Amino acid sequence: MSLRIVVTVKYVPDATGDRHFADDLTVDRDDVDGLLSELDEYAVEQALQIAGDADDAEITVLTVGPEDAKDALRKALSMGADKAIHVEDDDLHGTDAVGTSLVLAKAIEKAGFDLVISGMASTDGTAGIVPALLAERLGVPQVTLLSEVSVEDGVVKGRRDGDTASEQLEASLPAVVSVTDQSGEARYPSFKGIMAAKKKPVQSWDLEDLEIEADEVGLEGAWTKVDSATERPARTAGTIVKDEGEGGKQLAEFLAGQKFI
Amino acid sequence: MAEVLVYVDHVDGAVRKPTLELLTLARRIGEPVAVALGPGAENTAAALAEHGAVKVLTHDAAEYADYLVVPKVDALQAAYDAVSPAAVLVPSSAEGKEIAARLAVRIGSGIITDATDLEAGDEGPVATQSAFAASFTTKSRVSKGTPVITVKPNSAAVEAAPAAGAVEALTVTFSDKATGTKVTARTPRASTGRPELTEAAIVVSGGRGVNGAENFSIIENLADSLGAAVGASRAAVDAGWYPHTNQVGQTGKSVSPQLYIASGISGAIQHRAGMQTSKTIVAINKDAEAPIFDLVDYGVVGDLFDVVPQLTEEINTRKG
Ligand SMILES: Cc1cc2nc3c(=O)[nH]c(=O)nc-3n(C[C@H](O)[C@H](O)[C@H](O)COP(=O)(O)OP(=O)(O)OC[C@H]3O[C@@H](n4cnc5c(N)ncnc54)[C@H](O)[C@@H]3O)c2cc1C
Ligand SMILES: Cc1cc2nc3c(=O)[nH]c(=O)nc-3n(C[C@H](O)[C@H](O)[C@H](O)COP(=O)(O)OP(=O)(O)OC[C@H]3O[C@@H](n4cnc5c(N)ncnc54)[C@H](O)[C@@H]3O)c2cc1C
Repeated sequence: MSLRIVVTVKYVPDATGDRHFADDLTVDRDDVDGLLSELDEYAVEQALQIAGDADDAEITVLTVGPEDAKDALRKALSMGADKAIHVEDDDLHGTDAVGTSLVLAKAIEKAGFDLVISGMASTDGTAGIVPALLAERLGVPQVTLLSEVSVEDGVVKGRRDGDTASEQLEASLPAVVSVTDQSGEARYPSFKGIMAAKKKPVQSWDLEDLEIEADEVGLEGAWTKVDSATERPARTAGTIVKDEGEGGKQLAEFLAGQKFI
Repeated sequence: MAEVLVYVDHVDGAVRKPTLELLTLARRIGEPVAVALGPGAENTAAALAEHGAVKVLTHDAAEYADYLVVPKVDALQAAYDAVSPAAVLVPSSAEGKEIAARLAVRIGSGIITDATDLEAGDEGPVATQSAFAASFTTKSRVSKGTPVITVKPNSAAVEAAPAAGAVEALTVTFSDKATGTKVTARTPRASTGRPELTEAAIVVSGGRGVNGAENFSIIENLADSLGAAVGASRAAVDAGWYPHTNQVGQTGKSVSPQLYIASGISGAIQHRAGMQTSKTIVAINKDAEAPIFDLVDYGVVGDLFDVVPQLTEEINTRKG
């Protein structure tokens, strides 16, 4: 039986661009280029390696996002994923993490899965909670924040490097996995991969396809509400000195003045 | 007054500082009821009472160590059912966020992660978050269900406020999903004797400019002269010069100390994401154009191999 892998990938505004909020306090996506969240490239990479080690595997990449989010799917397909699902619906605008996990979970169930692989966090919301939310909703083990992962005989194993300890984890499939940027460099799409991606199927689903009511998601249905977003005032220009032999002493003087010494 | 559930992060009964900060924040919105799980849970009571916990719910079972996250979610849910709190606060560690997220779905609530401040509001607690590598500050709240909020370390000053802290045993029935993910081995991290990175009042970090694992002793010596934690950029970590657990930034730790000293770090957006909220920022870099200088309160344009040892020596001299 084929190993069905679903990789969740998010389309995010480029972190090196001038990111800001729109008038409705959602992320402004018009002014900044979007791309596949770099941390999800690691998830795609691990999916490709796991599929490579399996007798027979199929990788579906899944995103919830606006029209342009197809770019993220294309990138993942050009890296080598087999097919893509795009959940797109005007009513999704402004969905929060709990809502996003609801939509992703319904789509994953509809697609069918043995293994879900997510990134450790998105590069815009950076919450790092969607994988745990998916495991809760899907009722399967969470094997998250792995810096090393492998699948054999229906069992996923991995290493989780935490604050106080490094842990070896193990769970039976089906399961939800998330991988960190320590899991291994993601491959660059080859020219062949980019050409092949153009022919790979991208399916589009809306809320109706997933039997989700509009009022369960979007800004109105959100479980959280943003009341204000304020740009941090630019830091007042600090003192900058050139080291001409006394730089360390000058800095010590500054630190003493600030009572750090 | 409404009760507020506070999830306790502790190691064998020693309560970690972010939890004491949480108790301070919790008192702004209600009466803190602490939940301490695992070995030594009861030993947390004194510290928690000292900082305002009116009650300490405790439970220990092998499941907490033997399986990932879910047993703790089951226990927090049991505490939630027992108390019916006005809000649930959890420290923003990787695990804390996962526990909080799963609880939120179970109780039909929204979740706010990585709050940097918390205050009472007309429509429930209002959380401050910082967005887009700390270039924006947002105020948010949970609009459905009981607010579940995770709070970053260093978000409040720890204040003592003695309270009863009566210990009560929590009754927990583990769900059938609790044993889904086995922890088959655990290697505790060796202690360096330095403060924990996310909790430290001063962080001294090195980057690619440090140019080799052996040179990190320069950074460590400065850190030790200030009683600071040591951080590193991803470039330094990827080069194998310093452990990943010390990485500061988007995919590393986010720190918010009183003082952050960056040496040989250019200040890429992903690094800034993890340190931009530091109160005072100092950089040493030989490139006057390095973006880190846009953030600094004090910067030295110079070779770190000259500046850092001189600084360390001067600090040690001044300390006598
Ligand atoms: C600055 C900021 C702060 C926010 N704070 C909150 C908050 O406190 N509470 C809240 O409920 N919402 C919050 N949101 C909204 C939230 O980010 C989105 O709803 C988001 O889709 C899910 O959370 P995340 O991006 O933080 O994902 P994370 O939990 O960080 O993502 C982890 C992984 O989940 C997968 N994933 C996440 N989103 C998608 C998607 N749309 N499609 C496919 N895969 C996905 C990816 O594999 C990703 O690597 C915030 C958004 C921003 C921009
Ligand atoms: C998805 C993603 C996540 C990331 N997450 C993180 C993260 O969490 N943390 C992080 O740090 N980075 C992260 N990065 C990497 C980040 O983009 C930068 O590559 C990295 O921060 C650069 O590290 P650096 O400043 O040490 O090195 P460089 O950018 O190479 O800078 C080295 C600096 O040292 C200076 N220098 C050299 N020699 C000396 C000397 N003798 N004395 C004084 N100064 C000297 C140079 O002038 C230069 O400014 C991430 C990137 C991506 C794509």
